[in-house]
Amino acid sequence: MNNIGFSILSTLIVLPAVGAAAVAVVSRRRPEVARQVALLSTVLTAALAFWLVADFESGEAGFQYTEAVEWIPSLGIAWRLGVDGISLFLVALTGLLFPIAILGATPQREHKPYYAWLLLLQAGCMGVFLATDLFLFFVMFEIVLVPMYFLIGGWGYGERVYAATKFFLFTMLGSAFMLVAIIALAVLNQRAVGGDLTFELMALATNQGIGQETARLLFCGFAVAFAVKVPLFPLHTWLPDAHTQAPTAGSVILAGVMLKLGTYGFLRYCVFLFPEAADWAGPVLVTLAVIGITYGAVVAAVQKDLKRLVAYSSVAHLGFIVLGTFALTTQSVQGAVLQAVNHGISTPALFLLVGFLYERRHTREIAALKGLQKAAPVMAAVFTLVMLSSIGVPGLNGFAGEFLILIGSFLTYRWWTVVAVVGVILASVYLLWAYQRVFHGEPDGDNASIKDLTVREGLVLAPLLGLIVFLGVYPKPVLERIEPSVDTLIAHVEAGSDYTQPSVAIGGGGAAIDGAETIEPGTVTVLDDEDEGEGG
Amino acid sequence: MEVTTSWYLVLGALLFTIGAVGLLVRRNPLVMFMCVELMLNAVNLTFVSFARALDDVAGQVIVFFVLVVAATEVVVGLGIIVAIMRRTPGATADDVASLRG
Amino acid sequence: MLDLIWLIPALPLAGFLVLVVAGRRLGEPLAGWLATAMVAASFVVTVGVFLALLGEPEEERAATVELFTWLPAGSLEVSFGFLADPLSITMALFVTGIGALIHLYSIGYMHGDANFSKFFVYLNLFVFSMLCLVLGDNLLMTFLGWEGVGTCSYLLISFWFGNEANASAGKKAFVTNRIGDFGFMLAMFVAFGALGTLQYVTEDGGGVLQRAGELAPVTATAIAGLLFVGAIGKSAQFPLYVWLPDAMAGPTPVSALIHAATMVTSGIYLLTRVNPIIGESFDWLPTTIAWVGAGTALFAATIAVAQHDIKKVLAYSTVSQLGYMFLAVGVGAYVPAVFHMVTHAFFKALLFLGSGSVIHGMHEEQDMRRMGGLRALMPITAVTFIVGWLAISGIPPFAGFWSKDEILLYAFAENPALWVIGLVTAVLTAYYMSRQVFLVFFGRPRFAIAEGGAAADDHGASPTAAITAGAETEAAGAGSTTGHAPAHRPIHVHESPWLMTLPLVVLAGLALVGGAMQLPFNSDVHFLGDWLHPVIGLAENEAEIHVATATKVVLAIVAGVAGLAGIAVAARVYLQRRARAVEPALLEQAWRYDAAISAFVAGPGRSGFEGAAAFDGRIVDGAVDGTATVVRVVADRLRLAQSGYVRSYALGVAVGAVVLVGLFLSRASL
Repeated sequence: MNNIGFSILSTLIVLPAVGAAAVAVVSRRRPEVARQVALLSTVLTAALAFWLVADFESGEAGFQYTEAVEWIPSLGIAWRLGVDGISLFLVALTGLLFPIAILGATPQREHKPYYAWLLLLQAGCMGVFLATDLFLFFVMFEIVLVPMYFLIGGWGYGERVYAATKFFLFTMLGSAFMLVAIIALAVLNQRAVGGDLTFELMALATNQGIGQETARLLFCGFAVAFAVKVPLFPLHTWLPDAHTQAPTAGSVILAGVMLKLGTYGFLRYCVFLFPEAADWAGPVLVTLAVIGITYGAVVAAVQKDLKRLVAYSSVAHLGFIVLGTFALTTQSVQGAVLQAVNHGISTPALFLLVGFLYERRHTREIAALKGLQKAAPVMAAVFTLVMLSSIGVPGLNGFAGEFLILIGSFLTYRWWTVVAVVGVILASVYLLWAYQRVFHGEPDGDNASIKDLTVREGLVLAPLLGLIVFLGVYPKPVLERIEPSVDTLIAHVEAGSDYTQPSVAIGGGGAAIDGAETIEPGTVTVLDDEDEGEGG
Repeated sequence: MEVTTSWYLVLGALLFTIGAVGLLVRRNPLVMFMCVELMLNAVNLTFVSFARALDDVAGQVIVFFVLVVAATEVVVGLGIIVAIMRRTPGATADDVASLRG
Repeated sequence: MLDLIWLIPALPLAGFLVLVVAGRRLGEPLAGWLATAMVAASFVVTVGVFLALLGEPEEERAATVELFTWLPAGSLEVSFGFLADPLSITMALFVTGIGALIHLYSIGYMHGDANFSKFFVYLNLFVFSMLCLVLGDNLLMTFLGWEGVGTCSYLLISFWFGNEANASAGKKAFVTNRIGDFGFMLAMFVAFGALGTLQYVTEDGGGVLQRAGELAPVTATAIAGLLFVGAIGKSAQFPLYVWLPDAMAGPTPVSALIHAATMVTSGIYLLTRVNPIIGESFDWLPTTIAWVGAGTALFAATIAVAQHDIKKVLAYSTVSQLGYMFLAVGVGAYVPAVFHMVTHAFFKALLFLGSGSVIHGMHEEQDMRRMGGLRALMPITAVTFIVGWLAISGIPPFAGFWSKDEILLYAFAENPALWVIGLVTAVLTAYYMSRQVFLVFFGRPRFAIAEGGAAADDHGASPTAAITAGAETEAAGAGSTTGHAPAHRPIHVHESPWLMTLPLVVLAGLALVGGAMQLPFNSDVHFLGDWLHPVIGLAENEAEIHVATATKVVLAIVAGVAGLAGIAVAARVYLQRRARAVEPALLEQAWRYDAAISAFVAGPGRSGFEGAAAFDGRIVDGAVDGTATVVRVVADRLRLAQSGYVRSYALGVAVGAVVLVGLFLSRASL
């Protein structure tokens, strides 16, 4: 399982931290060196992450590349890491987005601390996705708050201090509940099943002796923290402010990676640790998710600030992911995991484009921007592509995840899914309307003289654009690696609760339910009409 | 009448009460300080009595701790009070309220 | 040959990719020729596949090619594959054929436009999407094409984006289509839930169409009904037709290709494709389809009567003719529906291209009231347009007569009321089309003709159009993004170049002889019907007409007479000027339906959205800020306990100590 010679997962966490330290010792008078060091660190991390993806054993469900080092033995806390199908692509996404964030935006002041915070942030994000020890997970979960607070507060726009403080306090409040739940879980579990106190995820999940009521309470504790993070209606109001006031790189990471900490947490901790509670709380969470989908889109439509519009669109998109998570069918959960990655590609691209626009026009007000397609056709074309991905046009990545979520959720939450599909319609409304106001029409004044997309900006966006198309057309390799872990998770839920995944009626000698037959590319089958019966 | 342990305990309690009430009622910092000392020594007396009565040397050891703490506290506290008195002669405890929240 | 099915959509896709990268460098007209060549080559391959299918015995006329697995997730296994069977190849034939002709036409029409190559980028992408739609071997492939053509429609309608109206029209088209797509998506979910697959047909009989019999009527009705909702959006039926007239803001080749011949027929294709499922659903569903179709046909025809813009007449005419096709589907007459779809593609594309030629020759004039007498000035356009006019009016032996007659026949057999509606619509169709022809090509010119020489408006300038619903706009500013205002100065009218007239001639020929596909005389000449039999030929699905031959002949004569009557009335009004024109404002404003929707969206709709945003800002966020305020206020109050007085602190300590001691004592005594 572990073909890589060294502890790659630890390296993925430690390397950015070392990079942060390296940036910290760079002289203040050489900001470009700080940037280069940061870039080097993030590129190396990205390379390692991609190596991990390439070497990952697809078809295996459990954690791979596991590491365990004792940390606080008396409390059963250890430095435990592992990666499986659910976290693999989030790790890759984290690796990919940070160099892009660094290249795509330059800070206006104080380069050194900016890059140091960014790298520390990356270390924390990696830690969250890789931790398999509850205590370690919590530490990492909290670590990411500090750099983001400073990034928003130190390098953001007008209302940055308010936004940063709100973000920090709100998220921390949620995490406080989770901390209580974590400790309670470990302690109560030890009391119930005996043995040593442990915070190991697998042990707590598979050998759990906690009663149903308690489990539900603990589930709620975890859920509150993740609900704030995702964000789930009605705990979402920190997001528009944070996104709007954050610098471009901050928005990119916030939307691309940090929101996924919440969705990942739901899957890895809420559903895995408390399967019965997940089944029990499903209707509530799905309702909130669907409300988020429609409400986020409606509110996005009347925003005057372009960045705030994209922020609300994130609320809507993440609603889909939560819907898929708690619908608990293999299609919906796979879709949720896939969509987390897809959203993490298209929304950062949108934020980068808005950032480029801001650099040119120094405004994010939609009313101030007009007719930009005439002045900057290439930028308009790129924006169109990313916008179509966000709308969910088939053939681009946004559709693949969304469709799987919806078709899976329809099996268990039919009428909620019907409402969610309305959200799909609304997405086109607010995005096309914004596009029309900003890009269509005749440009006036400063709008007419803006520069088109530069080569450097295009290169920064290129990997994201390429993935938008590739994952839309051929998401199979990603889905192949996600599926075993998801299936195991759902089986775990079925074992721990009354829930059973609805089986889809397949007859007539078609594909079996477990593992559909693979399609041979290029085969031509001439169909014999006799079997088709009278149905033609 | 025999002087039993309870006599000492009552004495200690009396001294403690005098000290406590004095601390709460008097305004002169120096006098308040003396009352604190009175309370500490009352406690000392109580500890020694019990040590004698229960034949446990731990009580006497604790007295040493208390004496050390009292001595330290006197040194620091008197220094602060003298400094305050020098700045505003005739200052009372109520005047030293700059640490209000 | 059959294994080259994938080449049919691959060629336009290749054209798209090449033009995206190198289109601007290739420039005019090379980009146009490349795009046209790709589509033409695709047509050739389609013909090859068609012939290969013909070579197979009837029972084996279906072949699939799976290229790769697209979405594997659990039991859902959707592949990127194509299906060649009679229905899909029929669609592919006219999509690529007419598509190639329109590409050719566009080289001439878009001459001089600054974004010439971009136009062909979109056109090729559109043809690719449309081919995915018709050749896809599962519902999701069809949906991929469905959304793809919607996206291309958006991009092409708002091609001259400098004009706000064009941009809005594009957005309106996309959003309205999306409302219909709501139905399509849900239909896919229901189908998957019931049958576990989205594939149309599989080798072992496991496809959705093959197993329609397993579906409970409720489920079948749900699937078919939801697909019908999608079809309403895409094929512009009431109540989701409002985007089509606005879509005329796009360049005329776009109107011809997308909004007449191909994209709008997707709904009919879809319903025909899933006819086994419709067959398994409750009876009220096909009846609803038929009535919606008939109603829309009549509704749109009444509006077309009063339109002044040459393209708007054709737009509403398209809605109306699509209504006929839905009517046919609803009464189980799938073959006539496809038949009419094909003939309609011929003559409607012809009419649109012809109108484009007129607009081009009239230097962007689109108001018919300022035309007239163009018969002499643009002879080829006039003749071909007249052929199209006769075809759509249902005059034998032109193609439209045969297809429309079939539909009316089946409608009569199902419900005479439907037949009456269809007949009245036929009369109106003939009337408004004749009105258009007379206004444009006959009579005396109602504009000033320049005496020789160059025109007041630059001939070489980009042909553009500025359109809003029901009224002309004077577009401000120059540049190909806005569109020139039509010149009211004397103009030099000329015939269009061969690039534009050749497609007209070809289409006119097809409109003339296209009826030969399915002649009603005896079953030997039911070419189309026989060809489509494997896809449609189910005894319960295909409406069996037990109508006497005599009745059929009478009905045919009545249909022909209806067409002639419409023409005669129009001639009296517009040609001979003997009767007054009836063009009430209500009809010109399309029964104010669209206006009502716009008012709702801008008014209560917008207020609702703003209300939600206000709710979010004031109440939801207010709760968050409120919490912070509460904390601050409480902290403020608590601050008072820190008085700074040593003696109060001492008192606190004393009291606390007493309480604690008391607690301990009380506990100990228990």
